[in-house]
Amino acid sequence: MEAQSWGDLLGMWLGVALSLFIFSFLYKDNPLYKLAEHIFVGVSAGYWMCIGYWQVLHPNLILRLQAGDWRYGAAAIMGVMLLMRIYPRWAWMGRWPLAFMVGIFAGYNIVYTMQAQVLRQIEATILPLWGAGLTWYQWLINLIVVGGTLCALLYFYFSKEQRGPLWGRAARVGIWVLMVSLGAAFGYTVMARLSLFIGRVMYFQDVWRATVNFFS
Amino acid sequence: MKRSVPLIITFVAGLVMIVQFYSYPLNWLGDLFNNFYNIILTCAYVLGALSLLVVNGKKIYQQAPGWGYNLVLLLSLGITLGVGLFWIPTGGTPLDEGTPFSWIFNHVFTPLSAATYSLLAFYIASASFRAFRARSREATLLLGSAFIVMIFRVPLGEYLWQSIPWLGEWSISAFIEDVLLGGFNAAGQRAIMLGASVGLISVSLKILLGIERSYLGSGE
Repeated sequence: MEAQSWGDLLGMWLGVALSLFIFSFLYKDNPLYKLAEHIFVGVSAGYWMCIGYWQVLHPNLILRLQAGDWRYGAAAIMGVMLLMRIYPRWAWMGRWPLAFMVGIFAGYNIVYTMQAQVLRQIEATILPLWGAGLTWYQWLINLIVVGGTLCALLYFYFSKEQRGPLWGRAARVGIWVLMVSLGAAFGYTVMARLSLFIGRVMYFQDVWRATVNFFS
Repeated sequence: MKRSVPLIITFVAGLVMIVQFYSYPLNWLGDLFNNFYNIILTCAYVLGALSLLVVNGKKIYQQAPGWGYNLVLLLSLGITLGVGLFWIPTGGTPLDEGTPFSWIFNHVFTPLSAATYSLLAFYIASASFRAFRARSREATLLLGSAFIVMIFRVPLGEYLWQSIPWLGEWSISAFIEDVLLGGFNAAGQRAIMLGASVGLISVSLKILLGIERSYLGSGE
């Protein structure tokens, strides 16, 4: 990281200050943390709106309308209707674009979730459990995947009481598989957050180095 | 009228998305509706910003306790919007590198979001210290797998493992990668994904058929 101008250098130190304001919450809630928090909310809202405008509205709506594709006028009208939700008297108009979005989302999910999630996951679970060329190690992993998925799915099946020598034990194994899985996911989450923190500390170091280089 | 028209719109839009999937000549309709969806979704951001303006503007007007923070919020929103929408470089967009908008992204947005999310590292660590107790077989499994992933996926953990006389000959990374993540974690996550997907499909079907109407809200 190098500072090319005074603007860069100022921005880097602003970033350091804002990060420290956020970390000050580890001591207790304080005005500096609140200041950084409110700046974050305002900047985030503005940032995502600008991204939405330049990556969606401008190419998909404005440029198409300018090119004479009047079908997109319908999208513009629905967008304005959605904004009517801000006025209680006209709020009902917001239901139409909302219904349109919900309909698209629902229709999309029925087909694509079935194709991209359900069928793919089932396909990935159909693994060989015997046959030539299968090492014991691969066999063990395949057995864990096939058996573990079936047992965990049995645990999620609530229409039958999970009792008895077969059903009850399978559901119990399902819980164990889920526990190991959730533990691993938790471990990964902790590590991801810690690497973010390490990244922040390294950022402080980089800013200091960039400042020294800027003045030397 | 105010409730039945949205239900018809939902049904028709959903049906079009399903039918176009099975019919190549109608794929353009699916693309068109997808673009419409994205455009309306972006307008929802504007709705969010308007709502932010109303809520914070009211607090500033009434000079409620801490109204200065609301003013800071609106100022940062206004500055970001002004720079991101109107400060257009010649032959480009404000999203390009070297623009004031990218300066805000690099020096305000990124440090704030990274610091906020990294703050969670401390709270997760403290929560796990309180919650991780090997009280039962299930809790022990949860604790054990989290412990193995956290300790032995870092260089220090691997070094410590290798220094164990007999066990050190085994590769702990391969065990975590193949058995813990490729086996147990894959099986557990797969079951969760399958359950959630089936649930999503059934809710989507209920929405299309008008059985699930909560998204329309209450009242006329």
